[in-house]
Amino acid sequence: MAEFRFKTPLAESDVRQLHVGDSVLLDGVIFGVRDGNLIRVFDKNVAPPCDWKGAALLHTAPNVKKVNGKYVPVCVGTTTSMRMDRFTEGLLRDYGVRAILGKGGMSQRTAELMKQYGAVYLSVTGGAAAMETLQIEEIEKVYWEDLMPECIWQIRFKGLGPLTVGIDAHGGNLQMDVQAQANAKAAEIMKKMGLA
Amino acid sequence: MGGLMEVAQNFYEVVETTCRDLYIQSLKEIPPDVVDAIKRAAARETKEVAKRIFSHYLRSIELGQKDNMMVCQDTGIPIYWVEIGGNVRFDGAKLTTAIIKGTERATREHPLRSSIVAPISRENRQTSTGERIPIIHYDFVPDSDEIDILFMPKGSGSENMSFMRMLVPADGINGVKKFVLENVVGAGAKPCPPMVVGIGIGGSSDLCMTLAKKATTRPVGSKNPDPKIAAIEQELFEAINSTGIGPQGLGGDTTALGVHIESAWTHITCNPVAVNIQCWRAERRRAKISTSGQVTIGF
Ligand code: SF4
Repeated sequence: MAEFRFKTPLAESDVRQLHVGDSVLLDGVIFGVRDGNLIRVFDKNVAPPCDWKGAALLHTAPNVKKVNGKYVPVCVGTTTSMRMDRFTEGLLRDYGVRAILGKGGMSQRTAELMKQYGAVYLSVTGGAAAMETLQIEEIEKVYWEDLMPECIWQIRFKGLGPLTVGIDAHGGNLQMDVQAQANAKAAEIMKKMGLA
Repeated sequence: MGGLMEVAQNFYEVVETTCRDLYIQSLKEIPPDVVDAIKRAAARETKEVAKRIFSHYLRSIELGQKDNMMVCQDTGIPIYWVEIGGNVRFDGAKLTTAIIKGTERATREHPLRSSIVAPISRENRQTSTGERIPIIHYDFVPDSDEIDILFMPKGSGSENMSFMRMLVPADGINGVKKFVLENVVGAGAKPCPPMVVGIGIGGSSDLCMTLAKKATTRPVGSKNPDPKIAAIEQELFEAINSTGIGPQGLGGDTTALGVHIESAWTHITCNPVAVNIQCWRAERRRAKISTSGQVTIGF
């Protein structure tokens, strides 16, 4: 398991180097997205007001406060990615996104798309938001404030992570593999317990 | 046994500020039993990725404790479990209002992200409150002169992993075990494991789910006083931990920090089972308030 550090925006050659289990630190702008704003992009067909070519998108809805008219972080963490799974294709194909960051893993379908387009899923440690918050340099911009807290957040990080590569651009999907093994193990145990 | 005690004049103000503080502090200080369980799990972990994840958990716990930071960003659904001593004389409607106001003040004054929306319009009042929210459970205990408020900011990653089924008596306890294992394993990485698994057995459908949630508020690893039920807790605990799901579902040796069962009697034709999961942060905070307005904080 290797360790990497990249600056956003990411190139295809950056993400193709990664394999599941590797550890990654990210510097630079990362966009916070989630249910509300992605529904607007894909279901209401409103183009995002920022450039996502080579972008890293983080599944989040931060706690913030306004100081002198500017948002500053109170606590910024990560939400469950699977809810946003159906948006992967559009994000990679139409907008050129290179990394999706979140927790809990994403589907086999997402893994196939990431292999095809050259992108990765980076697993953020869910619940460890205090650590993540300290890695923020600045909330640079906030788009679609009417969706608060589900706006699009343009956040500049220094050394976000270490993130764990959950899905690589070679078809690997760590969380799905662990899940498949767990299912098999559970079936075995249930048999032993006389439940099957 | 003391006589009946009328609450002091400032009692409801004390409840209001206490509820505000419970909400804010619950997001920053992880209960000691949870911290110990995470430390033990980290110490025995053998997988590299899982060790890395545990180190992030421990770092965030420390930032909460020492630097007064929120450990996780999810401000959750505010839930209060209120136990009222039988000797306390008070105005119940005022008590409810004080709890709601405390919740709103926490959100405004800290400030906290309001995670509460209307179910259809998705309107967010930015107060962490709305129709029937916060959720307040009232219970009464004899021979006590105080009000005990247990608060939990229930995170959605784990709350979304809730399961309930009306099994039939012929399914027996084996049906219950099977339902629990299938659903907990199916939840996988989503509830931020290692998790505290709460299980309700018996009652009506609604009571069963409430029991499952109540079970998650017990100190991690505590046992049900009924040895037969405690044995089932232990059996399921071992089964879940042998699946290898591990922290964040990235693979590891600890998947559950505890398995807790709460039960109630049920109907002759019913065999209800419910599962409610708490994530690794398993946040909760307690205040005992005396009729004179003295506050004691705990977990
Ligand atoms: S599941 Fe729990 S620890 Fe994970 S992000 Fe949600 S509230 Fe935080």
